[in-house]
Amino acid sequence: MAGLELLSDQGYRVDGRRAGELRRIQARMGVFAQADGSAYIEQGNTKALAVVYGPHEIRGSRARALPDRALVNCQYSSATFSTGERKRRPHGDRKSCEMGLQLRQTFEAAILTQLHPRSQIDIYVQVLQADGGTYAACVNAATLAVLDAGVPMRDFVCACSAGFVDSTALADLSHVEEAAGGPQLALALLPASGQIALLEMDARLHEDHLESVLEAAARAARDVHTLLDRVVRQHVREASVLLGD
Amino acid sequence: MKETPLSNCERRFLLRAIEEKKRLDGRQTYDYRNIKISFGTDYGCCIVELGKTRVLGQVSCELVSPKLNRATEGILFFNLELSQMAAPAFEPGRQSDLLVKLNRLLERCLRNSKCIDTESLCVVAGEKVWQIRVDLHLLNHDGNIIDAASIAAIVALCHFRRPDVSVQGDEVTLYTPEERDPVPLSIHHMPICVSFAFFQQGTYLLVDPNEREERVMDGLLVIAMNKHREICTIQSSGGIMLLKDQVLRCSKIAGVKVLEITELIQKALENDRKVRKEGGKYGFAESIASQRITAFKMEKAPIDTSDVEEKAEEIIAEAEPPLEVVSNPVLWTPGTAQIGEGVENSWGDLEDSEKEEEDEDGTDEAIILDSIKMDIGVEVSNIGSQDAPIVLSD
Repeated sequence: MAGLELLSDQGYRVDGRRAGELRRIQARMGVFAQADGSAYIEQGNTKALAVVYGPHEIRGSRARALPDRALVNCQYSSATFSTGERKRRPHGDRKSCEMGLQLRQTFEAAILTQLHPRSQIDIYVQVLQADGGTYAACVNAATLAVLDAGVPMRDFVCACSAGFVDSTALADLSHVEEAAGGPQLALALLPASGQIALLEMDARLHEDHLESVLEAAARAARDVHTLLDRVVRQHVREASVLLGD
Repeated sequence: MKETPLSNCERRFLLRAIEEKKRLDGRQTYDYRNIKISFGTDYGCCIVELGKTRVLGQVSCELVSPKLNRATEGILFFNLELSQMAAPAFEPGRQSDLLVKLNRLLERCLRNSKCIDTESLCVVAGEKVWQIRVDLHLLNHDGNIIDAASIAAIVALCHFRRPDVSVQGDEVTLYTPEERDPVPLSIHHMPICVSFAFFQQGTYLLVDPNEREERVMDGLLVIAMNKHREICTIQSSGGIMLLKDQVLRCSKIAGVKVLEITELIQKALENDRKVRKEGGKYGFAESIASQRITAFKMEKAPIDTSDVEEKAEEIIAEAEPPLEVVSNPVLWTPGTAQIGEGVENSWGDLEDSEKEEEDEDGTDEAIILDSIKMDIGVEVSNIGSQDAPIVLSD
């Protein structure tokens, strides 16, 4: 769409947000009764569902069992109706494999795998509607699901995407802003220590602007952390009320 | 074949060396290995050697109908294959994770950064566009596949010439290389990947890890930049925890390295162009030196041997001569004799050996009492009479 202004003169983006503003996040934990942990998150129009099974015995070949840690297995799938045009291949294509690998890398670093040697933790993420920031939504949903399952983690893993338009860093890109072809950065952060679990960037960005984009993404990830923290506390409060404490 | 596991002592040795800022091949922490670029006889074919890691790149083109949602743009297709000759661990079914990661990184680095002008590949909008296919094959794996592959891809693309096409109204004429000289692709910039390996939870970092260093590393950070200091791709992998200033520092180092590598590439392309224009011989056969039987050569590492003689003499002077062993046969009972008690153990500390000397007189008596049961030294049977000297028999 040529001529579409991503950032107007008054500083408003296409959907009326400011440069550093996140989209509305709504999340719920414990959506599936039979899974060990599950969560659903909506970031603007991006909707993702995450389910966690584990820790349980290694399925398949016992040879894959690690003697001192748990194995984290992540699978990413996006529904065929999730994008504007119907997708033909929901699993097994290179992008889904790569997403699965990246999620695994993120969570292997965050989950305390030493506490469950020779076992396996499965994380399945399904994207129901993709409107930009799918990796971030998947990570946030998976964090909530892992917390719901009671698997011990070092810290929340909060992710957010960021972009750069007209010398301003934008946080939490929507699909329109991503498709415009500018630089996009996806960052997964452990908020308490500020450590970056995963950093991924596409398209050309001059080195001098890297710091401002990283800063914007880190700030947005910390804001996401505040929201997710609130959701978890709310869920625990509800659960304890049901238990009669 | 499954990969040979790395032994614990080798792992510890490598990590200790890295802590002392030493690398096994003598490089500094930010040094690249030798990069050698050679071209084949066809346009678009090249081999890049990064130390011992070797990647072959080949570009080919074809006229196809464009994608429905991008009717005026050509199609770029990248494919990296890990050949089974590269490492024993690479087998047709076993490579998937690494392969997916490398392929996706290459795609993002070269396609999303728009290094090639895809609009110029359009012949007839909506009907015929050029499909450019870049095939990369890893021929030998000695670490840092992604850097070598990105260099090979961009060099092959710069070297490639596509057939000339002219459109007159509705007529499209495709000229063969004999009719009209083939045309180079229009390349905006050259993105090159630089890999950083992290060790000991991010305390130490190395540029261009070789295969051993890759096995002991915690994680990898790949930054793709071009010579205008624009970052094309950043990818962190392996589960390391990074800090923001580490990333910024790496991007600065990457900028410097990319400039050097880009210069090298330009020089290599220029050389090849000159050779072809002057009608000289070109191709892979020319790039292999004819005096060598094999294509691999062990580089001589410079070692300073000027003070070896002095050091050796010092060591010899300080060392004590070994104790002389005096054969002193002792006759215990008729029929048994004992020669020696074995050589003195020189492994123990000086303190221990002093103690031993004090106790030696005491232990002799103990030996006399237990000579029948103990089995020290050599027991020799007495062939002759008691008075005759004891003769050792075989």
